[in-house]
Amino acid sequence: MYAYAEFDEDFVRARVRQFRDQVERRIDGRLTEDEFKPLRLMNGLYLQLHAYMLRVAIPYGTLNSRQMRQLAMVADRWDRGYGHFTTRQNIQFNWPRLRDVPDMLDALADVGMHAIQTSGNCVRNVTADPFAGAAADEIADPRPYAELLRQWSTDHPEFQFLPRKFKIAITGAEEDRAVTRAHDIGLRLLRQGGETGFEVSIGGGLGRTPMLGRVIRAFLPEADLLPYVEAILGVYNRLGRRDNKYKARIKIAVHEMGLETLRELVEARFVKTRAEFGGADRAMLAGIAGHFAPPASCHGPETIPPGSPAFRAWCDTNLTRHRRADHAIVTVSLKTPGQVPGDVTAAQMRVLADLAERYGHDDLRISHRQNVVLPHVRKADLPAVFEALAGAGLAAANAGLVSDIIACPGLDYCALATARSIPVAQRIALRFEALKLEHEVGPLRLNISGCINACGHHHVADIGILGLERAGVETYQMTLGGDPTVTAAIGERTGPGFSSDEIVGAVERIVLAYLDLRRDAEETFAEVFRRVGLGPFQQVLYEGGEATDAA
Amino acid sequence: MSRIVLPVVVTANDLFDGDPVWLTPGGNWSRSLADAEVIGEAGLAETRLAAAVAQANRVVGAYLAGVRPGPFGPCPVEFRERLRVRGPAILTSGLCAAE
Repeated sequence: MYAYAEFDEDFVRARVRQFRDQVERRIDGRLTEDEFKPLRLMNGLYLQLHAYMLRVAIPYGTLNSRQMRQLAMVADRWDRGYGHFTTRQNIQFNWPRLRDVPDMLDALADVGMHAIQTSGNCVRNVTADPFAGAAADEIADPRPYAELLRQWSTDHPEFQFLPRKFKIAITGAEEDRAVTRAHDIGLRLLRQGGETGFEVSIGGGLGRTPMLGRVIRAFLPEADLLPYVEAILGVYNRLGRRDNKYKARIKIAVHEMGLETLRELVEARFVKTRAEFGGADRAMLAGIAGHFAPPASCHGPETIPPGSPAFRAWCDTNLTRHRRADHAIVTVSLKTPGQVPGDVTAAQMRVLADLAERYGHDDLRISHRQNVVLPHVRKADLPAVFEALAGAGLAAANAGLVSDIIACPGLDYCALATARSIPVAQRIALRFEALKLEHEVGPLRLNISGCINACGHHHVADIGILGLERAGVETYQMTLGGDPTVTAAIGERTGPGFSSDEIVGAVERIVLAYLDLRRDAEETFAEVFRRVGLGPFQQVLYEGGEATDAA
Repeated sequence: MSRIVLPVVVTANDLFDGDPVWLTPGGNWSRSLADAEVIGEAGLAETRLAAAVAQANRVVGAYLAGVRPGPFGPCPVEFRERLRVRGPAILTSGLCAAE
């Protein structure tokens, strides 16, 4: 993986020194809160409902064991012994004290990590396929491009005060595991004729106005990536609305100006940016690419060793095909029913670090579904990995199933939330554990957001839940048929919301209806929904009837 | 201020650790809503809020929050404030068998 060059190291250290001074000046009164707030946000420090929260970037979701151990140390020493992985491949510490934050940032800098640009109207952490470099369906490794984008966007002088935040996601595989269509810029690596390039989409985003990204360039030669992205940002920076924060994202510019107009402006600017770059970005990319060589060869048998029923069940759900027949990609579920989705204790972080070091080529990933991935594990080592995970409470065999729920922190932590997400996720997961049904149901995405900002990606789930407050009471709206993949779709609202007491039963009725409606076990929820529409599901939700397929 | 229904308390977050805090009758900050001064008069609420905002070296983001009397002292009216008083219900549930 990428290791900081001297330039990165100096920059991050200088930023920590600046922030240390800013914290001192806030405490001794030389800075007002109004002056301090944008400075702390630029360094990932929020003030939430009950405490400060420090959001640390995990660039394209990639960590090594040393970094994971340092996160554990930070959690133990300055927080409450745990961290929370988010849908944008960040980790959040929920209880830092203001005076400690500069020390936390210094400790992060020791392992090449920082919290810069995890907030504010700038280019945020670039996210990527968590299986990058390992997936069997990969066309090209997206990580060198993600790192190039990280270096280019970090402290980019032109793009520190964009109209609004800006999110970029990149994938190099056929299956989109990075939700690229829900990002301001979505990049999908393609191969056309012997040439590698990108399909570039813009204007995706969830929140109060959910929109899917639209393709602005069907094939961009990979050599043109940075000049083209800079052209998009340049046009957006100049023309994006600044009069209304709810209309300031690039998706609104696409909607109001039209994709064609925007494309013309971007292409015109691109002619200039391409000339300006003059190949410097190519030299940088060449330097970066060397950091992402495939792991050293480590052969083994191509079959998974026999094991207990629990081990086999875990293999069935939590493994993905690796590009090498003797390896597997392991998804470590952070969704043991009853636990907080995405939370991991310091002790668990250390177990994961040990496993990565011993069995996983020192490589760990954080997925946008808030799980941890060991991307390169020999099949022969799977029993040992499973054993160790089970000992740490990390062996839930539910990756991709209904209890593998994405949930934002919701009103348990977040100052913006309108309802709680976590307890709903916990109750749904426990219910399906009791029903012993989810393996029969198969892959199914259930995402929960605690407010309209949609950090829980509820719009792009098979079953999406949005928590709102109505007259002092939590109410949960449901959307169905959302899809985060290459066949991306925004879910459709079922109708009136459900109370906190009703929502678990409502989800259960939807899942049972899906079982009734599907033609066979191969027909996914998305396929059933496209075939039958909302009607049969509304029937079971609101009319107490059985789902009937009129199609 | 104009939309606040009395009575109210003054609340904020502690500058140093971010804890929710409430202004007491003695002008100090307490981590317990039960200690808060319950203010029933609009002019006094304005005065207390202004004094709280001026304490930028101790608290962040002071504002008025509606309360109603309860058996153990004031209770928040707003749902968000109730959660703020209670704290995250899931604080330790992430700490599992590995510990």
